[in-house]
Amino acid sequence: MPFSRRDRLGLPFVSPNPQPAVEVSGLVKRYGSKTAVDGLDLVQPPGTVLALLGPNGAGKTTTVEICEGFRSADDGTVRVLGLSPSDESLRPRIGVMPQGGGGYPGIRAEEMLNLVAACAAHPLEPKWLIEVLGLAGAARTPYKRLSGGQQQRLSLACALVGRPELVFLDEPTAGMDPQARRLVWDLVGALKDDGVSVLLTTHLMDEAEALADNVVIIDEGRVVAQGSPSELTANRADDQQLRFRARPGLDTSLLSAALPEGLKVREATRGTYVVEGLIDPQVVSTVTSWCAQQGVLAEELTVAKRSLEDVFLELTGRELRS
Amino acid sequence: MTTFAPGTFTPAPGRGSLPKMLFAHARTEALLTLRNGEQILLTVIIPLALLVALSLMSVIPMPEPRVGSATARIFALAIISSAFTGQAIALGFDRRYGVLKRLAASALPRWLLVAGRVCGALAVVAIQILLLGITALILGWRFPLSGLPWVILLIILGTLSFGALGVLLGGALRAEIVLALANIVWFVLLMVGGVALSVPVGFVHLLPSAALAQALETSVVYGTAPGVGPVAVLVAWGVVAGALATRTTKLT
Repeated sequence: MPFSRRDRLGLPFVSPNPQPAVEVSGLVKRYGSKTAVDGLDLVQPPGTVLALLGPNGAGKTTTVEICEGFRSADDGTVRVLGLSPSDESLRPRIGVMPQGGGGYPGIRAEEMLNLVAACAAHPLEPKWLIEVLGLAGAARTPYKRLSGGQQQRLSLACALVGRPELVFLDEPTAGMDPQARRLVWDLVGALKDDGVSVLLTTHLMDEAEALADNVVIIDEGRVVAQGSPSELTANRADDQQLRFRARPGLDTSLLSAALPEGLKVREATRGTYVVEGLIDPQVVSTVTSWCAQQGVLAEELTVAKRSLEDVFLELTGRELRS
Repeated sequence: MTTFAPGTFTPAPGRGSLPKMLFAHARTEALLTLRNGEQILLTVIIPLALLVALSLMSVIPMPEPRVGSATARIFALAIISSAFTGQAIALGFDRRYGVLKRLAASALPRWLLVAGRVCGALAVVAIQILLLGITALILGWRFPLSGLPWVILLIILGTLSFGALGVLLGGALRAEIVLALANIVWFVLLMVGGVALSVPVGFVHLLPSAALAQALETSVVYGTAPGVGPVAVLVAWGVVAGALATRTTKLT
């Protein structure tokens, strides 16, 4: 894809030949006898945010590292901005935030960012980026003495400083406090608004729901579902949920009998009860009076559509956070 | 909520200029070494102390001219300290902290990742040699200037060969193991590897340490070209180590 550097600065990014930011088909990766990625397909349209969602060990990092050119695929094809991941001309065009960051143990935060900025033709101002990411107070702190969250933020700065077209963020908010996490979310939004494609991995449903145009749920190296968050959590009329928390191990058979036909009750996780089906005011009333009979208080009672967590649980029978 | 002006992150990708990247990387490598207290102890303080001891303490056997011979040997030790032991330890911990992966993920070409480290190491060696050389001159070393080009060539060759050995060690094993091994090897080479003392055992001449010390002695003391033998030994170790290291070095 030819592009001129001269007219790139200051103008909105318009891809002359829109092609997928990332296109993966039939990707297979084995480590010894273990298959980490098992025939994975995904397509990320340019300028969109795609979240790879799955539990630890699902194959998210392996997939991303193959796209970044750090690992080789055993089978399948991967195109990143239309190029092979091993193509050297690709690397200035992508920004990478490896899991857990990375830096010389003795280097100061600002020196590390300056070094990475020196590798780019039109870098963002490192000083500004350090401030934006809340690292101004730690700018002269050696890398090994930064907290995990600070190392993550520095790594994010390194991923963005070269003004890439596509950014890979592997567990970008791991180890961050809620404020920093919020900041990362805002940054991802700003990147998208400016036409940057973002591929991120996460095991946090709220993160995927908040940020992604498209979510690819993977488990044991396979895609188990994909679509926009609203598609994945779409409500059919009878597909609502009432959730509440109470003492674990309650006998729900009486409640089951008291509810209208078609409604199902289960203890989804220890102490969290879920009623599924068409939830109307009568159902809520039945549930609360049953709780009163049991002598328990229903806490955090909510009526909601399915979350990505529910989708994942349904598809795999396991919890995302496990 | 943090807001950003529209267009802040508008893509403008591109690779920085090669000389600028090389300079930035080499400068970082050299600066981090010079800022590290343990590295300074190993690469500057101990060689300086040994240079003074070998020059002045006549209980240690040393061929005449005493200061010249000591200088040649300590030059060799300084190169081993910095290019082998220092480089191996730094690389072991750099891998632990993920910097190689971080840099490999930037627009820095892979060959430049190696070139930057080499230039950084050469800069550190140049500073070491300068400090040691000045001290040697004060101690009474008379340097035959005809040896200067040979000394410079040998310093570069020694740095490359021992650097390759350092990368071979530091690029493959866990940081703590690298730390221990690199220091043990340094001590063994110093004592019985033909550096501090001449060891009259045949196979010692096949060690890169003895080869470097011997070659430097010829040029530093007599100002003449080093023998082909020691140079060949150094080159062979460097080439073999370099070839192995390209297969065994891991980013993390």
